[in-house]
Amino acid sequence: MIGRLILTYPDAARRTGVFVILALITLAIYGLGVSPAWIGRVLPTASDWLAANPALARLIGAMMIASIAAVNWKALRQLPRSFQVVGVWIELFVLLMLFFYSFDLSFAFIAKKVGFLISQGVVTTLYISVISIAVATVIALVGAIAKLSKNGVIYGLATFYTSLFRGLPLLMQIYIIYLGLPQVGYVISAVPAGILALSLCYGAYMTEIFRAGIESIPRGQTEGATALGLSPSQTMGLVILPQAMRVIIPPTGNQFIAMLKDSSLVSVVGVWELMYLARTQGQTEFRHIEMLITASMIYWILSVGLEFLQSRIEARFGRFNVR
Amino acid sequence: MPTSIDMATSEIALRGVHKWYGRYHALDDINLLIAPREKVVICGPSGSGKSTLIRCINRLEAHEQGDITVGGVELGEDDRKVDAVRREVGMVFQQFNLFPHLTILENCILAPMWVKKMPRKQAIEIAMHYLGRVRIPEQANKYPGQLSGGQQQRVAIARALCMNPKVMLFDEPTSALDPEMVKEVLDTMVALANDGMTMICVTHEMGFARQVADRVIFMDRGRIVEEGEPEEFFARPKTERASLFLSQLLH
Ligand SMILES: Nc1ncnc2c1ncn2[C@@H]1O[C@H](COP(=O)(O)OP(=O)(O)OP(=O)(O)O)[C@@H](O)[C@H]1O
Ligand SMILES: [Mg+2]
Repeated sequence: MIGRLILTYPDAARRTGVFVILALITLAIYGLGVSPAWIGRVLPTASDWLAANPALARLIGAMMIASIAAVNWKALRQLPRSFQVVGVWIELFVLLMLFFYSFDLSFAFIAKKVGFLISQGVVTTLYISVISIAVATVIALVGAIAKLSKNGVIYGLATFYTSLFRGLPLLMQIYIIYLGLPQVGYVISAVPAGILALSLCYGAYMTEIFRAGIESIPRGQTEGATALGLSPSQTMGLVILPQAMRVIIPPTGNQFIAMLKDSSLVSVVGVWELMYLARTQGQTEFRHIEMLITASMIYWILSVGLEFLQSRIEARFGRFNVR
Repeated sequence: MPTSIDMATSEIALRGVHKWYGRYHALDDINLLIAPREKVVICGPSGSGKSTLIRCINRLEAHEQGDITVGGVELGEDDRKVDAVRREVGMVFQQFNLFPHLTILENCILAPMWVKKMPRKQAIEIAMHYLGRVRIPEQANKYPGQLSGGQQQRVAIARALCMNPKVMLFDEPTSALDPEMVKEVLDTMVALANDGMTMICVTHEMGFARQVADRVIFMDRGRIVEEGEPEEFFARPKTERASLFLSQLLH
């Protein structure tokens, strides 16, 4: 019945559909209790009326937001795809900035501290992350090969390692390494302890990624290489890994980004990385939120850098897939 | 020819070879001598152990009992001996097993450079020579995925030849090919046979067997059931199993 109506009056049906969706969005915004106070800011003369009719004002506010979103949607639809992407990014970024702006931040304070946040915090964060990423990659490679080993002892070692370090919270690992190793007579300072914990934890996660990547290469590849006389390590390095990279890189990029941010956990043992400084620099002048938002933005920028790097590497290893 | 070979003059010798996959008896008392420059075709029903047999010759599979000697080197746990044998034995697979991330040329120079430590320039020269022989030198800088199945299999043959092997093993090299590409690969193999290479070829291409084989070996359930000259074997198989197999092959 409804199907028949839609088929006979497609245009009318489409308009009704759009109208229903708009109404639903309006109701949702109304239901969420979004305040119409912003109308007062844009149009000061309306503020008295808004105060007098709170419920109606809320409904009108919701309708206006819904129609702004709809007009915006229509406008973006006119653009070519790449412009749409850029447009959405710019709009959402501006909204995010407005959200931060509404906190009434002291930009003078941020400007004063951001230099130190970068020169001390970012440098330490990057230093810890880069070394940990490198070590974790090596661990993952060794771990993956060990997990594929026929030797039961080696396989046992590898499975125990991945199980333990994937199973414990990273925060706990940092404490255990920093506070526990001195108990058995090995004094370790905060930065190496942090690097060790991050490497071991992410090495365990990445072991699984590498193993899956290596296993995704058909057995014939190993056999072809072996029949040509290549040694097992040559086969792995020249034939299997370069192909496995296509499978390994995307999830590994994820891990790198996650590790970059998890390096903030190292702040608990007093390392002056980005998170530690973000928490301590604001304390004296009660400007916590400024420092936290600044640090968040810096983390984001660093992650974007990693995303970019990942896409470049992916393109490099996907080269042979052209037809 | 088969009667005149003995242990001393054979290129490949298998004596009392057994192999099990778990409890499954895949090779059952295989005795086989192959003379230098001899061409042997192995046929038999699916699952009869043909692949297992030739994969034992370059130790892609390890045998559990008996001796296998290739070019005077006995295959066993000693990795250096295994490497020595693999250097003399080239292999071509049903699924080509080219390396998809390397170009045709890179596929061909990989083993000469890394196994024989040959300078790149010399390896390229040799590779281009063999790519010319399989008639695809102009594809040298493409990736395997850009070639047809028949072309890929010819590259696989060239890649094996670049190691200058004494023996070539073929495991159903044309079974994965579209019918119109079978001939170009068989022609390449015939040319190779005429050059005097020792060849062991698992195939059901009777025309090829008739044209080049000195001997046809028929396997069933892990055993060598019958062997003989191709004309004789195809015309008058001695065992019932072989005649049954051949009659099915013709239909
Ligand atoms: N890796 C393995 N593990 C267990 N069983 C195996 C393995 N490889 C082969 N087999 C079994 O051994 C038997 C012989 O296998 P093989 O591949 O040698 O046969 P084939 O004669 O080459 O057959 P086809 O014509 O199908 O290639 C088959 O029954 C097969 O199932
Ligand atoms: Mg087979």
